[in-house]
Amino acid sequence: MTEIFGVPTQALFGQLLIGLINGSFYALLSLGLAVIFGLLNIINFSHGAQYMMGAFVAYLLLNKLGIGYWWALLLVPLIVGASGVVIERLMLSRLYKLDHLYGLLLTFGLALIIQGLFRNEYGSSGQPYQIPAQLLGGQNLGFMFLPNYRAWIIVVSLVVCLSTWFVIERTRLGAYLRAATENPQLVQAFGVNVPRMITLTYGFGVALAAFAGVMAAPVYQVSPQMGADLIIVVFAVVVIGGMGSILGAIVTGFGLGLIEGLTKVFYPEASATVIFIIMAIVLLVRPAGLFGTQK
Amino acid sequence: MKKSLLSTMIGAAFALTVSGAAQAQISDGVIKIGVMNDMSGLYADIAGPGSVVAAKMAVEDFGAAAKGMKVEILAADHQNKPDVGSTVARTWYDVDKVDVIVDVPTSSVALAVSQITRDKGKAFLNSGAATSDLTGKACSPNTIHWTYDTWMLANGTGTAIVKTGGDTWFFLTADYAFGHALERDTTAAVVKAGGKVLGGVRHPFPGQDFSSFLLQAQASKAKVIGLANAGGDTINSIKQASEFGIVKGGQSLAGMLVFITDIHSLGLNTAQGLIFTESFYWDLNDQTRAWSKRFAAANGGKYPSMVQAGVYSSVLHYLKAIEAAKTDDGTKIIAKMKEMPTDDPLFGKGTVRADGRKLHPAYLVEVKKPSESKGPYDYYKIRATIPADQAFRPLAEGGCPLIK
Repeated sequence: MTEIFGVPTQALFGQLLIGLINGSFYALLSLGLAVIFGLLNIINFSHGAQYMMGAFVAYLLLNKLGIGYWWALLLVPLIVGASGVVIERLMLSRLYKLDHLYGLLLTFGLALIIQGLFRNEYGSSGQPYQIPAQLLGGQNLGFMFLPNYRAWIIVVSLVVCLSTWFVIERTRLGAYLRAATENPQLVQAFGVNVPRMITLTYGFGVALAAFAGVMAAPVYQVSPQMGADLIIVVFAVVVIGGMGSILGAIVTGFGLGLIEGLTKVFYPEASATVIFIIMAIVLLVRPAGLFGTQK
Repeated sequence: MKKSLLSTMIGAAFALTVSGAAQAQISDGVIKIGVMNDMSGLYADIAGPGSVVAAKMAVEDFGAAAKGMKVEILAADHQNKPDVGSTVARTWYDVDKVDVIVDVPTSSVALAVSQITRDKGKAFLNSGAATSDLTGKACSPNTIHWTYDTWMLANGTGTAIVKTGGDTWFFLTADYAFGHALERDTTAAVVKAGGKVLGGVRHPFPGQDFSSFLLQAQASKAKVIGLANAGGDTINSIKQASEFGIVKGGQSLAGMLVFITDIHSLGLNTAQGLIFTESFYWDLNDQTRAWSKRFAAANGGKYPSMVQAGVYSSVLHYLKAIEAAKTDDGTKIIAKMKEMPTDDPLFGKGTVRADGRKLHPAYLVEVKKPSESKGPYDYYKIRATIPADQAFRPLAEGGCPLIK
């Protein structure tokens, strides 16, 4: 068997695939953040909490109402997205005139409150959520055993990421959105309802987080902490990709998943830090991020 | 009116002198107990607010009020960070005049608090942390390690598994003091029983995705994957191991430190068949059942973990020692606690050894199948009881400098 730095290539393929799966979550989450920042200029720190809410709402739908995974994939983003719309209307819309920092502080506070409420109700160990029956089992790829559900994560996340990118960068609706962030007054003058568009965009970003939460529920334990652990990494992904860059968020999400996966093989102790080391380097060399443009 | 006012004043003065006499040696007339643990992170269900409930029950059952002793309980969150824990400990001892700190899960924080307690001459009753170094090379005349330790877990679980044929091991280790100590002690137990350790990987703490590490464990071809981690890390490791077909592939998992709250969270479907060691289970006898039901009623329906049971037991013994010694001086009271035999409804009769190790039996348990369980928290079958004199590391092997 051939080896690279003492690791059999076969094992390395497995690790790269795992990295890609984790990268799928980074991409899904950082995509939502990038959409919200790119179009609203809000640094949405409650993104992790909204991801956690997604997983919890899926859990509650199943255990209180008997609604399974497939419906949850559709319903949860709508429910949590609607809660995002309420937050935007009642709170965030008052802060657009102010510095970015105020939005960050508000959403950070919201995140702590939401997490505290869930922890108080459900404890910290988390709740179980089963993999849907249709996706149980796995494939033996020769170099590794790939659970079907993990393969599903990669496929779905790629589809969602690419369609979001397409809608924002290549359609008329996306053009309105981008124009509204550049010059809201002018777009409003053309008869477009800009405030409503911004509200819906925030709702969409939150819905993406909730969607990622449903995807994560069967893999990780559904626990109040799950978002807090991930959000810092996801922010690093967005910073590396370039704040507000949709394509940057997607590419960096998958790419960093791969790099993290490799670190887990060669020097596992550093796997929690490697992303931040890259972030520091990128900030020094290209402060606007890999795909960002200097304003 | 006048008369009643006068009698009240006389009554108050009388009460003052009585309590004054009873508390001649109690600093500020109040015994202050600080419960420090993880109130909001991955260990919050193992210890957390439940440990505060347990401490309050101990004060109540001791009958402090009826004996004229004033006891106050404080609580703080150390967030699993040694620097946060150290700051809380210093503030408690210096500003708030706390007499004893109890619980403190997370070994790195426990080691820091133990050192500060020693410097300040106070008392530290550790229930939550695992590292056997607390009664080994880092032992202290001011610290008692109550509930369990890495040596007990390693000896109970490691030896039992090697004896049933699991003789090659690979470790998934949480990368901090606790994981390192647990891996070290388990390796020793496995090798002593005739097994072999093929390798291991250290994962960041706390972790989230363990699939990469599990894949490495799979590739090692070891018969047993030892999980030298705890709480949410163990839960996610077990859940993802089942997803990646590790157990179906013929390897078995050994959770080196598993709590009943973890099993509750995983569900029996995923957790069935796991074997591990605990020093307390609510369904041991009538006394533990009665106490645990009272505890659950005060703790939102959640049953006690062994850590929470240990907090109750240690606070009870502490108060008994204060009653006997008539002082709350940290160093003196720990000495008194070692001198007096322990006895409580949860751990039965026991002793505290010179190096600060509390001795009681340990239980090797196996998680029931869903069909065997009668309902929530009916999770364990007791496979073996390890008597108190064999459950913990022999005094001479710990390397505690207090033991000449």
